[in-house]
Amino acid sequence: MPTDTVPEAPRARAPEKVRFEGVTKRFGDHTVLDGLDLTVAPGERVTLIGPSGSGKTTILRLLMTLERVTDGVVHLDGEPFSHMPAGPGGKLVPADERHLGPRRRRIGMVFQQFNLFPHMSVLANVVEAPRHVLGLDADEAAARARELLALVGLAGKADAHPTRLSGGQQQRVAIARALAMRPDLLLLDEVTSALDPELVAEVLDVLRDVADGTDITLLCVTHEMGFARDVSDRLLMFDRGRVLEAGTPDELLDAPEHERTRSFLRSLR
Amino acid sequence: MTDSGTTAFLPALGRALPAIGEGLLVTLEATALGAALALLVAFALGLAARSRSRTVRGAVRVTVEFLRGTSLYVQLFWLFFALPMLGFRLEPMACGVLALGLNYGAYGAEVVRGAVAAVPAAQTEAAVALGMGPGLRLRRIVLPQAYVLMLPPFKNLLVQLLKSTPLLSLVTVADLTFRIDQLRSATGGTAAAYLLLLLVYFGVAVLLGAAMNALERRAKARLGVTGGSA
Amino acid sequence: MWDMDAARDALPVVLSGFGVTLLATVLGFAVAVVAGLAVALLLRSGRRWIALPVGGLAAFVRSTPVMVQLFAAWVLVPGLDPLTLGVLVLGLHYATYLSEVYRAGIDAVPKGQWEACTALSLPRRRTWRAVVLPQAVRKVLPALGNYAVSMFKETPFLSVITVNEMVHEASAFGSTRFAYLESFTLAAAVFLLASWPTSLLVRRLEARLAH
Repeated sequence: MPTDTVPEAPRARAPEKVRFEGVTKRFGDHTVLDGLDLTVAPGERVTLIGPSGSGKTTILRLLMTLERVTDGVVHLDGEPFSHMPAGPGGKLVPADERHLGPRRRRIGMVFQQFNLFPHMSVLANVVEAPRHVLGLDADEAAARARELLALVGLAGKADAHPTRLSGGQQQRVAIARALAMRPDLLLLDEVTSALDPELVAEVLDVLRDVADGTDITLLCVTHEMGFARDVSDRLLMFDRGRVLEAGTPDELLDAPEHERTRSFLRSLR
Repeated sequence: MTDSGTTAFLPALGRALPAIGEGLLVTLEATALGAALALLVAFALGLAARSRSRTVRGAVRVTVEFLRGTSLYVQLFWLFFALPMLGFRLEPMACGVLALGLNYGAYGAEVVRGAVAAVPAAQTEAAVALGMGPGLRLRRIVLPQAYVLMLPPFKNLLVQLLKSTPLLSLVTVADLTFRIDQLRSATGGTAAAYLLLLLVYFGVAVLLGAAMNALERRAKARLGVTGGSA
Repeated sequence: MWDMDAARDALPVVLSGFGVTLLATVLGFAVAVVAGLAVALLLRSGRRWIALPVGGLAAFVRSTPVMVQLFAAWVLVPGLDPLTLGVLVLGLHYATYLSEVYRAGIDAVPKGQWEACTALSLPRRRTWRAVVLPQAVRKVLPALGNYAVSMFKETPFLSVITVNEMVHEASAFGSTRFAYLESFTLAAAVFLLASWPTSLLVRRLEARLAH
């Protein structure tokens, strides 16, 4: 599978892929994450569940550097990511673009609202970043893009305009676009929530293929418990900015310890 | 407008046609150069207005308000009459292009700023998620989408700029208005001369508008259906 | 170089011209507000033989330079004093802009408002006066404000038909005293001092009405 190897930047496998260390995120007076500690191992598939507003999406957005932490440090591949050492003492200060840029390329993200670029064809959407961020030449980038479009079942739509596609097709393009950067960590932010019910399966099938065929690290936020059970090594139940309980899918879904987890799971049926 | 003036007008018009053509070229030149400078100023100020630094944003705000607030008419006269008293003398045409470019550039800056701000934040986020840096995001993702939003207000500004060019005849630029005014004083066919002048400006304005509409249609076609996705 | 004495002498001259500038703006904008509404309503009359010529004439006036229109009116309409003529030409020119503004405002009144009026059997005149126009005008107030500021800055055009507004006075002072630097700088300053606060006011109005 194309996402398996990362030829651009070989590096030693750290024992941890992601580590949140005492991360707090506040928007004004509202505390979304409260001193969160969380470690994800390389190749691990972790799904975050919990009521909306419990901080799950914020975790993904902090990792993608779309938000900045209020307090604490986010580590990636065993080194500080949200922060960087500065000065003689190596004191950690908020990271600048030069620190973030190369590290961010190891992370891919698929959004709830797809966020395809409306001024580009499907193919151009997938080609854009490999060509202009990784510096691939046009043929190589296009070949990689066509391969991925075939993987998501949209080989015939390369020249179509994104807005002409169904929601499910748009989301599959967005998955191909994220994979084209060959990330070793993929963030899935409620990727089926904006879809009509009959289009959910086609997107989840593609993601199952990706999960089965690669050793990419996955961090998902989803309300699709069937999908969560199939792909996850570990489920984390979030409540009010904290991890309420954690366990394998079978443990958490079939025998939850907390009443709040039980009532949340009931609410999904 | 006497009868004799009107009857003498047509033959005089025929003789004056080459001069009028030259005047039209000067008007078009002033419009094109003024618009080019305005575009430059608009992008420079409009993008700087979104800077993270408060100082830069404040400086842009003051510059824009100054350029818009002091009246194009006064700016042109100041450049032509007052600037030489400080030891700088510019060609009349240069005064005109400078005044048009700075004044309309300040209006255009608001257009650029607004259009860039109107591109959904999710587009920038998607670009960040693909590892694109700030420059690349602006160039490849934000500006191409903002461009479509800029075209309709830019069309209005361009026609406004064209309509301001007769001002240049007041500082001795031999533009269309200047030439037809010469024809008028030579023939006495006053009303006919001004009517002709209005018709020529109208024709140029319609052509410019049509060209901008064509650009807008093309840009929208590239965006697929109007509006685009989230 | 800057001559303080000349500037001191220029100030009262420029300010006396500013009075005329202000008067021309207020009167011209009053013409524009009324005539612009009339044009908008005529275009909406639903009668092609009215809407077509009115629309064509408005487009022509909107697309041609006000300075040339002033020249043309100066020779075509003799017997009016320059200020009256200038106010009418400037006012009618801006009326063609304002008619577009009104039209947008009228279009922005939700269809449900018209339907409610029909359901209440309100007569057409009453529908316009009591329901549609009050809502439309509220929506377009900031745009009207911006056009008022814009007209204010275009009043110097009236000097081409000898109206003694501010720039005309500054120009005359500049040529007799050879003090263009002082007189035009003062004129520019007065424009800036008057238009900046007005723009800020309009922007605040815009923000207030946005809610």
